[in-house]
Amino acid sequence: MKPTATVALIALAVALGACGGGGGDNSRTRLDVAAAASLTKAVTAYARQFGDANHATVRVRFGGSDELAAQVRQGVPTDVFLSADQTQPRMLHAAGAVHTPVSFASNRLVVAAAKGGGVNSLSDLANSGVKLALGGPSVPIGKYGRFAIAHLPGVNATAVLKNVRSEEPDVKSVVAKVTTGAANAGIVYVTDANAAKAQLTTIAIPQSAQPRILYDAAVGSKSKQADLARRFIDGLRTGAGRTDLQNAGFLGTEQ
Amino acid sequence: MSRRAFTALLAAALALALAFLVLPVVAIFVNVSPGELISSLGDPVARDALLLSLRCTLIALALIVVIGTPAAYLLATRSFRGRAALITALELPLVLPPAVAGIGLLAAFGPRGVLGDTLNSAGITLPLSTTAVILALCFVASPFYLRQGIAAFAALDPSLAEASRTLGASEARTFMRVALPVATSSLGAGAVVAFGRALGEFGATLMFAGSLRGVSQTLPLAIYASFADDFPAALAMSALLVIVSGALLGAVKLASLRDGSTPSDAPDPRTQAPLPARA
Repeated sequence: MKPTATVALIALAVALGACGGGGGDNSRTRLDVAAAASLTKAVTAYARQFGDANHATVRVRFGGSDELAAQVRQGVPTDVFLSADQTQPRMLHAAGAVHTPVSFASNRLVVAAAKGGGVNSLSDLANSGVKLALGGPSVPIGKYGRFAIAHLPGVNATAVLKNVRSEEPDVKSVVAKVTTGAANAGIVYVTDANAAKAQLTTIAIPQSAQPRILYDAAVGSKSKQADLARRFIDGLRTGAGRTDLQNAGFLGTEQ
Repeated sequence: MSRRAFTALLAAALALALAFLVLPVVAIFVNVSPGELISSLGDPVARDALLLSLRCTLIALALIVVIGTPAAYLLATRSFRGRAALITALELPLVLPPAVAGIGLLAAFGPRGVLGDTLNSAGITLPLSTTAVILALCFVASPFYLRQGIAAFAALDPSLAEASRTLGASEARTFMRVALPVATSSLGAGAVVAFGRALGEFGATLMFAGSLRGVSQTLPLAIYASFADDFPAALAMSALLVIVSGALLGAVKLASLRDGSTPSDAPDPRTQAPLPARA
């Protein structure tokens, strides 16, 4: 490559980098939100609307709740932390990394099964040769999934656990293993199964095997936008965000 | 600009690069005491992950060398139409993000993939298995070996092969007795780079092979899995990976110094001149 071409390329890269880093309109306040992967659809919709209404740029990063909590603990700037459980926000609160958490939604579990994958009922989960994907033991969906397996009526939990072929870092990853057919079935949130319902079938899990899945939100203790962050969370509980959550299949915290 | 000022500028750039590249690695060791490092080896999850990583990486490397060496020899010693395009296709995984590699492997070898029905009817299911890990490692690492192999064979002095043939050796014999021995150190360097890349593979493995202790949870996956709830363990395993990879890199540098040829240190015209990418 000619030197002039190289210089031009570098200049272009720097120029692009400068635009990207500035985030465009500097007059807008910025809200950094870390949200559990299962909230992707609902919170993406709500964040856009909230940003427009409050003249703010809401940046949401999605991931496994435990992974996001680790980032918060390591000091990654976070104004709002939305977790798929109560444990992570409580631990962060105890460590002084976030303010007092509040619950804003609840969820239910369902078995997501690959179409034509041979899993048609809960008892099929224990059949030999069935390949299951669960969340890893440190991720909420992994803990909930194991709770459900242990409480499935009339199903041999040991046999089901023997069929686990992968422990995924978050719920999206579990769904992906099922939709691609790599696994025959997985235990996921109703909301994630809904989002991918064209590509999988679902098997209901009875109430007796449902863990209590409350989603907690907390404001980062180092947040410079604590008021805005609090309003963001309030909107999830009672405002526009609640509608987005309901549309995605989440339930209220009353149940 | 005076020469001294220019040198200062160069030194500043080097210092910046050095600080940026070295600090994260040093930080890992600042946070892990040697005692913790040793006790992490006693952690069954870390030990299983390390052993699985080494096993899969060695098997992948063996496949890469056995298939890659003759393939590289062909590409280096024959000229034909479309050779450059072929080499580019083989090198493509070098620039692909691991996520693309993972999707590609699923789309090719997954149950819904291009070869899904064929594999199914043969009773083979690849995803979520140790075999899937090895395939993912081969996919991401083999271009590094092929690239170096083509360069190594292309750099052979043609008069050597000619002399061998004049003396009545068949081409196969020339390959085995002349080309291979002369190219060994250069091929070795390629193998080490491929080994290092395979050892660190993460994304394609997670997507194609999943993550299960003893089956598909390699060391990078174990680091990721414990990153959230056990940061010290993740640090200790990271330190372990740095040591293994660093030892490998050091071994190559030492071996190449001992040979007198320095394929990875200096632009040795013998190995560097005919860059396959530009052929």
